[in-house]
Order: sequence, then C-alpha cells, then structure tokens
Amino acid sequence: MKIHEYQAKEILRQAGVAVPRGIACETPEAAAAAFDELGGELAVLKAQIHAGGRGKGTIQQKPEQHGVQRVRSPEEARQAAANILGNTLVTVQTGRLGQIVRRVLVEEGCEIARELYVGIVVDRSAAGPVLMASSEGGMEIEHVAAKTPERIFREPFRPDAGLQGFQVRKLARKLGLTGESVRSADKFLRALGRTFVDCDCSLVEINPLAVTTGGELLALDAKMAFDDNALFRHPELVKLRDLEEEQPAEVRAAEAGLSYVKLEGNIGCLVNGAGLAMSTMDLIKLHGGEPANFLDVGGGADLEQVTEAFRILLADENVEAVLVNIFGGIMRCSTIAEAILAATNRPCFARCPVGARSVGFRVPLVVRLEGTEVEQGREILAASNLNIITADGLTDAARKVVGAAAQGLARE
Amino acid sequence: MSILVDKSTRLICQGITGKAGQFHTRQCREYGTQVVGGVTPGKGGTTVEGVPVFDTVAEAVEKTGADATMIFVPAPFAADAVLEAADAGVRVIVAVTEGIPVLDMVRVAEFLRHGDAVLIGPNCPGIITPEECKIGIMPGYVHLRGPIGVISRSGTLTYEAVWQLTSVGLGQSTCVGLGGDPIVGTSFIDLLKRFEADPQTEGVLLIGEIGGTAEEEAAAYIAEHVTKPVAAFIAGRTAPPGKRMGHAGAIISGGQGTAAEKIAALRAAGIVIAESPADMGAAVRRAMDR
Repeated sequence: MKIHEYQAKEILRQAGVAVPRGIACETPEAAAAAFDELGGELAVLKAQIHAGGRGKGTIQQKPEQHGVQRVRSPEEARQAAANILGNTLVTVQTGRLGQIVRRVLVEEGCEIARELYVGIVVDRSAAGPVLMASSEGGMEIEHVAAKTPERIFREPFRPDAGLQGFQVRKLARKLGLTGESVRSADKFLRALGRTFVDCDCSLVEINPLAVTTGGELLALDAKMAFDDNALFRHPELVKLRDLEEEQPAEVRAAEAGLSYVKLEGNIGCLVNGAGLAMSTMDLIKLHGGEPANFLDVGGGADLEQVTEAFRILLADENVEAVLVNIFGGIMRCSTIAEAILAATNRPCFARCPVGARSVGFRVPLVVRLEGTEVEQGREILAASNLNIITADGLTDAARKVVGAAAQGLARE
Repeated sequence: MSILVDKSTRLICQGITGKAGQFHTRQCREYGTQVVGGVTPGKGGTTVEGVPVFDTVAEAVEKTGADATMIFVPAPFAADAVLEAADAGVRVIVAVTEGIPVLDMVRVAEFLRHGDAVLIGPNCPGIITPEECKIGIMPGYVHLRGPIGVISRSGTLTYEAVWQLTSVGLGQSTCVGLGGDPIVGTSFIDLLKRFEADPQTEGVLLIGEIGGTAEEEAAAYIAEHVTKPVAAFIAGRTAPPGKRMGHAGAIISGGQGTAAEKIAALRAAGIVIAESPADMGAAVRRAMDR
C-alpha cells in the first residue's frame, strides 16, 4: 500500500526524522493561506499523487504547469494551486492517462548545500532490510545504479537492532559529510531505519535528502509504501489509504481476494496461480496477441470469487476475447465450469441480445482445463449450450484466443 | 533415492484443525505419506483424520518421532509456527501459508541460519517425492517417479511443468516449490546442491519468475558446480515493471529482475531455455538428449 508524500512526512516527523514544515491543501485559497502561515519568502507547492516524476510532469489541461513549483507570494501559491487542483498530472510514472490531483502540499523553502539520496528496502539476497545511500541526490536511483553503481553505498541492518552508529559514520564518510552533518545524519538515518521496521514498510525513499547550508539533513521528498501482508497489525496506517489513487478494477478484485493487474491489450485472462497467470500472458504475446490483464484467482477461490473475476474481466471495454486457463490443484475444474455458467446467467454479462442461458459472453470464450476434476468440468461445459471454444493444451489455447480476438477487432 | 523426503518421512501438520489443514492432511495420507499427528495450540488430546493432535510441536515430536511438518497456520501466526518447529528439532519444515509479513520472515531466516532445519516456503505448494511422500497441496496424480528434479518459485506452473514431463515420459525424483515470497527458506542453489548429489536425479528443471536475482545466482552456481543437464523456464516476459504480479516476490523494480536478464544469465551458463510455458517438458528432453 502506498501513501502520499504529505502523509509519509507526517509519520517521519513524529518519528524524529527532520522534514520541512508544510501544510496539505485542497483549495487554492487554502494554499494561499498556507503560504502566509509558513511565513517565509519562498515556499514549494507540490502536487500529491501516488507517482513520482512530478517535478518534470505536466498538467494535461495546462501544459506549462509542472507538478512542483516554487512560489514567492500567497497569490503565486493560489495561482499554481488553481492550475493543478482538480486537473490531471501526467508524469513518466503515471502512464499517459495521468492522475487527477486532489491535494497540494505547501512547504517552506530552505537553503540547500547538497542533495543526497537515501532509501530502505528489504533485500532478498541479504534477507533483511538494507539502507542505500548515494551522493547523487535528486536523480533517479535506477539510473545511478545502472551508470555509476560505485556511488551507491549499502548498509544491511537487523530489524530488531536497527541501524548502528558505526554504520552511520561509515556512510557519512563515504557521502562526504563532516562535523555537524554527521550528528544530524545519525539522528536522521537511525530514525528512518526504526520507522521502516515499526511501520512494516516495503519501501522508504528520501530523494532528494537535503543537506542545508546550516549542515542539517532534511527530507525534501518522502516516498513510503507498506507491506500489505502486515497491515493487519497497523490499523492506523490502513486509514491513510487513498482509494482514489488506485485502479477501481484492482480495488474491486482485491476486495474479492483476487489478484488483478490491468494491462493495455484486448485478451482477458483468468488463471489460477501467479506463475501460470504470468506464463499465460507470455504465451498470448508469443502468439501475437496482447493480454488485457493479469488475473490470478488463487489456489482456493470459490464459486462467488470466480464469478466476480469474470465480471471484472468483462467490465473492461477493451476485452475482445477471454482465455480461461486452469490447472486444478486445490481449485477444482468443476468449480470453474460452474462459475462460467453462473456468470453467463447474470444480466450484467448480457450486452448481446437477451435470452436466458444461451446468451453467452459478449466476447468469445476459450477454455482450457486440466487437473483436479477435469472430466466433471468438461462435462458441465459440454452439457450447457454455451458457445465455448475448448482448447487442448497451452499452445492450442493461445492460438485460439488470439484468433478470436483478431476476429473481434475485424468486426468493429 | 530422492532429496529431503521419502517413504520413511514422518509428517505432522501444524494447523491440522483448520479446513485447509485437515483437507490436505487427508490428501497427503491418501497419497501414501506417513502422517503421524497434528498440532493446534489448545486442541491437544483430540483426534483429526485419525491422528492425534498436540498442543505443541515439541510434544508431537516427542510422542510420534515426526521429522517433517506442513504448516497451514494463518499468516499472522505462521512465522511463530515455523520457529516452533525449528526449535523442536523438525528437519523439514514446509510452510504453505500465504501472506506472512516480510519482516517476520526476516526474523525467521535469521533464526534458521543457526540450525540445520530446512524451511521450504512460505507461500509454496510444498515438496513431493513421487510415489513415496507428498507434503503440500499439489495434485499428486500428475506426478510420476523418475529421474528429473524440479525446482520452482511457482505453484500451478509447477503442476503444468510436471504434467508435461509426465506426458513425455520423464518422471520426477523430487519436486519442490520454493514459494513466491521475497524471502523464502530454501533457494535454487540449496536444492541444486542436493540434486547434484542425488544418484536418482539425472537432470533438473528450474522454473523461475520475474523479480529478485535468484535465477541469476542459480545460473552462476550451475556453471561452476552442476554437471547434470539443466533446463529452465522464466515466467513474466511480458510483465510491466513496477506492477506486482500476484506473488509478493514477482515484481520488476529498479530495472532489476526482468525475464530477459534472467534468461540471458541462464543461457550463458549453458542451460536449455523453454521459450514458451508449453515447451517445458520438451526443453528437459532436449537438455537430456544433449
């Protein structure tokens, strides 16, 4: 689960990590008032969306307006906020459709001497959290990692012990921090490490991390994401979730206990198991098609969940054909077959001419079943008079669904 | 021969009184696994599926001589269940539970480093030595006893692979699902080592997926230490970066963990690559015939 910058900074502030003073605003008037309240000559106004690249990103409706702007008066703050709020910000991370901005963060400016990078993730090879720091602040860390990996310094630490003092001193030396800055770094980095563990984060990233002219470390930006599996022990963090930032279909799928990711193609996929679901997407692509989604109904989905999965798939306007690929383990093929029947009886499926059982899907449906209770599943489908294309094996299934989707496109 | 589990393995199930625990205990026993007991705190003294239930793993081990466990305990308590099993001296711990917090697994991994218990999973289908011992949720009937070792990060994709192997007449020595989480107890390398040493195993199928660098590390290890033929498939060639594909571990982040990188590393190590998921069985055949 991701949260907004202003929410992350509030968590960090409470944990003793230095962040600039700032006020989250939902109207241009509030932004102007926030400028006055901060009382400085300079403030920074930042669009709040769950995606990076905001500074270079532009507002679709006002292409000259970027997602981050320095303002020097209440009037400038009001104007920038008016340009941004309610409009769509497109950045390298949002995709071409962009994301509607509902809040801006107005923050006091500061005198910056240097910009650094610091991030914490759980590293698989180290089997634990690792703090990464770099002197190349403000840049995308992926680029630094690719071009100058020697400028990224890593310190693994144990969750219960936290980052140690000597590790901070080691990092400080590599980052070229001296005097007062080393003391500031000790407080900042250790508090950051503690927050990562206390909140069960999957990512904390401060980029840029400013060293002010006074030698203090200050988080100019903050990105924070939490381990979804640990949210059960953090009810206070769950409240920070902003559903408007998430794909509605993905939210709906998550509520039904399904794992769904929307993609841009036209072949809907319903598969059990993440590995098989990814492989099914690969196979479709290999045969010249484009998957419309990743959908894993999981190992033990019941009739209701599978039916909801079909509903989500078919609600996607781009879908021209659907491939069901099931290898029954815990999941029984007969359950899938029953779900197909149940789904076709629902009115929301019947965009085609009305008629009871023979309505079928609005798009061609290719089904490949294998595994537990496969015979029963095939019998159920054969006994219905649904217009289903059955497939034998993976390659056959992929060929048939790619062909069916192409025909769907040709009809339009 | 096989690796880790066989006819002599004595299994308990932690979480045996739950729906999934009970169902799979029965399935494993019907397959032929020696199930000797179960553990659910507070339910000690009862009987499930004809085997005794104990309050603690320590007691179960003491009374039944169990040396393997299958864990279906709910995610919030599953890490603790793994630690309990390791502490009680259980040799093979199979954690099927999905959704364990990653920092819980960090603590588990730290603990296990100091003992000799083997943890398989979490979030995995389990381990099976065909016609001898099945521990986990895989459909037993697709398996056939034979010479191929299978190691996979995925569940259903492993069933698909095994089914293809069986269809082309290649049986399996032991099949292991490592689990789809970022931190799992057993790596490709741990098992490659065991398969290399196992006389029954003549070839290995490795099934990886996007995310992390486990496949790259396996490739480097194979180039140096594995003399038996190896074939591999990587799922997620078409997955977009930054999107988590179901498994908590299946995400391309920071440009790392792409299928292309993994395939290049495996190929460079002389491993036969299955180009499509429909080609896994045939790829193993090609590797064996080389």
